[in-house]
This record gives sequence, C-alpha cells and structure tokens, in this order.
Amino acid sequence: MNVKLPLKTTRILTPGQAAKQAAQIKARTSWQLTMRRLVRDPASLGSAAVIVLAVLFAVCAPLVAQWVGHGPTEQFRETGLSSAGIPVGPNAEFLLGTDQLGRDVFVRLAYGARVSLLVGVMASLIASAIGVIVGTIAGFFGGVVDTVLSRIIDLVMSVPFLLVAIALVSVLGSSLGLSIAVIVFFSWASLARVIRGQVLAIREREFIEAARSLGESRWSMMFRDVMPNLVVPIIVYTTLMIPAAIVFEATLSFLGLGIVPPTPSWGNMLADAANGSMYLVAPWMVLVPGLALLALTLAFNLLGDGLRDALDPTSTKGAKA
Amino acid sequence: MIRFFLSRLAFGALVLLMLSIFVFVLFYVSPSDPARIIAGDKATEALMAQIRVNLGLDKPMIQQYFMFLGNLLQGDLGFSYRTNLPVGDLIVNRIPVTMSLVFGAVVLWLAIGIPIGIASAKNPGSVRDRLGQSFAIVGISFPTFVLGMIALYTLYFIPTRMGLTLFPASGYVPAGQGVLQWAWHLVLPWLTLALVIAAVYARLTRGQMLEVLGQDYIRTARAKGITERRVTYVHAFRSAMPPLVTQLGIDIGMLLGGVIVIEQVFGLPGIGSLAVTSVAMQDRPVVIAIVLLGGLFVVVSNLIVDMLYALLDSRVRTARR
Repeated sequence: MNVKLPLKTTRILTPGQAAKQAAQIKARTSWQLTMRRLVRDPASLGSAAVIVLAVLFAVCAPLVAQWVGHGPTEQFRETGLSSAGIPVGPNAEFLLGTDQLGRDVFVRLAYGARVSLLVGVMASLIASAIGVIVGTIAGFFGGVVDTVLSRIIDLVMSVPFLLVAIALVSVLGSSLGLSIAVIVFFSWASLARVIRGQVLAIREREFIEAARSLGESRWSMMFRDVMPNLVVPIIVYTTLMIPAAIVFEATLSFLGLGIVPPTPSWGNMLADAANGSMYLVAPWMVLVPGLALLALTLAFNLLGDGLRDALDPTSTKGAKA
Repeated sequence: MIRFFLSRLAFGALVLLMLSIFVFVLFYVSPSDPARIIAGDKATEALMAQIRVNLGLDKPMIQQYFMFLGNLLQGDLGFSYRTNLPVGDLIVNRIPVTMSLVFGAVVLWLAIGIPIGIASAKNPGSVRDRLGQSFAIVGISFPTFVLGMIALYTLYFIPTRMGLTLFPASGYVPAGQGVLQWAWHLVLPWLTLALVIAAVYARLTRGQMLEVLGQDYIRTARAKGITERRVTYVHAFRSAMPPLVTQLGIDIGMLLGGVIVIEQVFGLPGIGSLAVTSVAMQDRPVVIAIVLLGGLFVVVSNLIVDMLYALLDSRVRTARR
C-alpha cells in the first residue's frame, strides 16, 4: 500500500500549514516596497545612474583636470585656438574642444557640474525646509496665522521672479551665495502651498483627534503626527525642485548675473557660447554644456516622477508580477 | 461675485505696492551713484551735486519714494539715466516686439500641447501615450536658451551655409512692414518657447482628461450614442479646461520675465533685452519700470484667470455668491 501520491494534488490547508506558508512570505517594510518599485522602473534607475555619474564627475573635477593636464581657467592660446583665433573642436588633446579663450571645455564642464549640483541641491533643500515649515504652520494652526502666511505665499508667487532676480543681483553683485538665496526665495512658496493643502486634510483625521484628546501639545502633534505623513510630497517635490533650481542658476549665469567668470558654470559656458554667436563656428561650446544641463535636469525630473509612483502605495506602475 | 473681484483687485494692488517698495529700497541701498552714471566719469563734484538736487536724490528715502509713487500714479516713469529718454517711451517702443513673441508662442503651445495631451489620455499606456509623455518630460527639462541656440544652429546656420536660407538669423521686423516677414522672423523664437511650454500643457491636459474620461457622465454620453469625437472634445474637454486656464494665466503673466532669455538668444529688441541692458548699465528708472510692468502683467493675468475660472466652473460661482 505504499503507492506514492502524485505530487500535484489539492492539499487541504490546515491552519498549521497555512501558518507555515505564511512564514515563508517575506514581510516588507514600505521602504523596501518603495525600493522594489523604483528598481523595477528602468527610467528611474537610468536617471539615478546619470545623477550618480554627474556627482562623481563634479567631485572628481580636480582629478579630471590633473588627468588631462589642463586647469579650468587655464588658456591655451597656442594649441587650443586655430591660427585665426577660432576654438578647436574635440580632439585627442581637448576631448570636448576648447572655448573662445582656448580653455578646455571638458575640464570646465567638470567644474561647472560642481556649481550646478551645489546650487541646485542646496537651494532646493533650503527652499523645501522653509516651504514645509511655513506650509505646515499655515495648515495646522489655521485662522489668522493661515491667512497671513497664505497671503505671503500668494505675494511671493505673484512676483515676476526672473525680472526681480536680475534687478536684485545687479544691485547686490553676483555671487554663489546670492544665487542660492534668490532661488530659495522664489522656490519655497509653491511647496508651502502644496504642504498647506495636505496638512489641512490630515488635520481632520482621527489620529490627530486621538493625539489631541491624549493631551499632546500642538507643536508635538505637528512634528510627531502631521509631518511624518508629509514625507512623500516632500521627497517628490524636493526632487522636482532641483532641476528647476539648476536651470534657474544656469539662466542667471547665462545672463551674466550668476557665477562670476572665469569660474566655470554651465550657464556662463553657454553665455560664452552665445556671446558674439561664437557657437555657430564652435557648436560644441553650446552642445557640451547644453546637453549636460538637459541630461541632468531630465534625470532629476524622471527620478522625481519615478519616486512619486514608487512612493504611492496605490500605484500599480512597476509593481506587476 | 463683485466682492470676490474687488478683493482680488485689492490684493493685486497690494502686490504692486510691495513690489514698488522692494525695488525702490533695493536701488536706494545700492552702492552705485546715479549722478555718476548720468554725468560720466569726468564730472565735477559740483555738477554731480546739482544732478542729485534736480532728481531729488538728496531728500530722505521716504520722501523720494512718495515722489516716485506720485509720478508713477500720474503715468510719469521718469527719464532713463543713460539715454535721457522718457522711460515710458522706451518701454512703449519695445512692447510690440515682446507682445508678438508672447502671443504667437501662446497660440503655438496650446496648439501643440493640448492635442498631445488629449491623444495621450485617450489611450493611456499606448505607444502614442508614451511618445507624448516622453515629449512632455524632455520639453519640461529643456532650458529655453539651450533649445534656442540649438535651433538657430541646426535650422538657420547649417542650412544657410549649405546655401539654403530657411530662416532669418535674428532680429525683428514690425508687422507693419509685412506680416509674412514679421512672422518669418519670429518662427524660431515662437517654436522654441512653445515647445518647452507645450510640454507642461501636454502633461496637464493628459492628467485632467484621464480623470474626466473615467467619470460616469462620460459613460452616459457614450451610451446615448454620442460620437466619440464629441464626447472627447465637448463633454470631457470642457470639464478638463479650468486648470488649463489657470496655468495659462500664470504662464502668460510670468512670460514677460521668461522671454528675457529668448530675446537675448534671438536678438529681439523687446522688453527682456531692454531689461538686461538696463540692469547692466545700472539704469534705475528703466529697471524699476520694467519690474513693475512685469508685476502688473502677473497681477492682471491672475485677475483675468480668477474671473474666467468663475465663469467656467459653476461651483466657484455659486460658492462665492
């Protein structure tokens, strides 16, 4: 009677077996789920790779300069310019060509990446901190506080920012710090508005009522109960703020109001290219920093979108299979 | 409705007032001396003192501000420090250029962005949708000045060098001298501006349409046998419109600042390029006037949006009653 039962039979699930099976199911935290979704999205992975490469490139700028043997502001009038004084195109000595002063575009690109990333990330982080604090206070406290803060948000959002920015920079003199300050000033308001809206909704939820009935103070409720629920919009919006800040900085530099030459930034490299329509004879002067700028902003935008999908628990994108 | 309108109007006036105080103080604390700018480097101290008295620059700041505000309310914007021409005339001369640029671009970006967004929303996940979304994300990431320079290089410079003049180099031809010439000179700037902003509209339209198309009344409309075209464009698109109108108002308002870079790249003598030269030359009255004009633009377009919104969306209208 030792007839082996075929392997594929319907097994009756006893509670014991069910528990055994359940033990094999791996518990995943929401963080793990998010990472899984993100890793399954090729666009997010690619963008993250581009951003990591850009950061490495920026960090290693002095190494790049050493390896190539050209400083970021060093002028090579003999080898870097043709006899007519025209920049030379990409070649063995100058990997991405030279600019109008015979400087190495490749080395300048590396140093310019530092400026773009520093300004973009710093300005976005500061702006998002201000936006979160203002938005949370406005939404949570309501009443007069909300009215005043909302009016201030409206006010900042109705300022023609580029015009005011150039007026401001022209008076105070351009510098890296001022560029960051200007970008922060014009960026925090939109996030504050979003956060305020979210807080208004969260404030009415039961767990806040529970916290209140337990006698928690208002500030404690704000930081311990409300803010953790804002992590998703904060991460997504901060990521999406970075490309806007990078373009803003590049625009200021392009107009001669950002990073002071000869320090390279992608914006003033593009300004050099535009100056006297130099790029028509030396298109790499616009293509190199221009496409680098596009690649970096695109990467941050794609990553921001990917994060939004990955952090959204109801999202089904990338969660198939 | 009238109360709503008046409150918005008052807020607009407040924005302009704050903006005027801001620029005024900004230039007041500026280290540059207007008398020196007007009289030149070789002027005697006596002449400069005379200029200060003439301009009222010797008076206290508050008094100077109210003089400035009084003149402003009478429509007197003062004289340019550099050219001695009335600021009002300088600006009026340049408005047609900027307006031509703005309105052509608006028409184009709506014509490009909305159909792409609708096509995407009709078949989410299809190849067409993915193409549309790729267009949107790349467009959003593209800095206008980079796109403008690339467009000039590929569509003007290369064809012209090969003996084929597709587009003119740059510059502006008033519509009075022939509408075709006018449009021909503006095609590239229009396209550059429109492609970048159309991306925003494609995304926004797609999101709105997806939401609307999933609603019950759309199913009802289809069940009644109304053609798909009519369902899409009349029933669904009309409900998807209000956010688009808001965005349009914000964009048109901010565009006066946004065209600065485009005017720079394409050599268009509009308000934006006037702003850049005036800032570089520390020509205070002109800069102040342009910033205020920019603010006025934002305020008026926001006001129009609020009104249109109330007309388009009956929920706003009834709520305000």
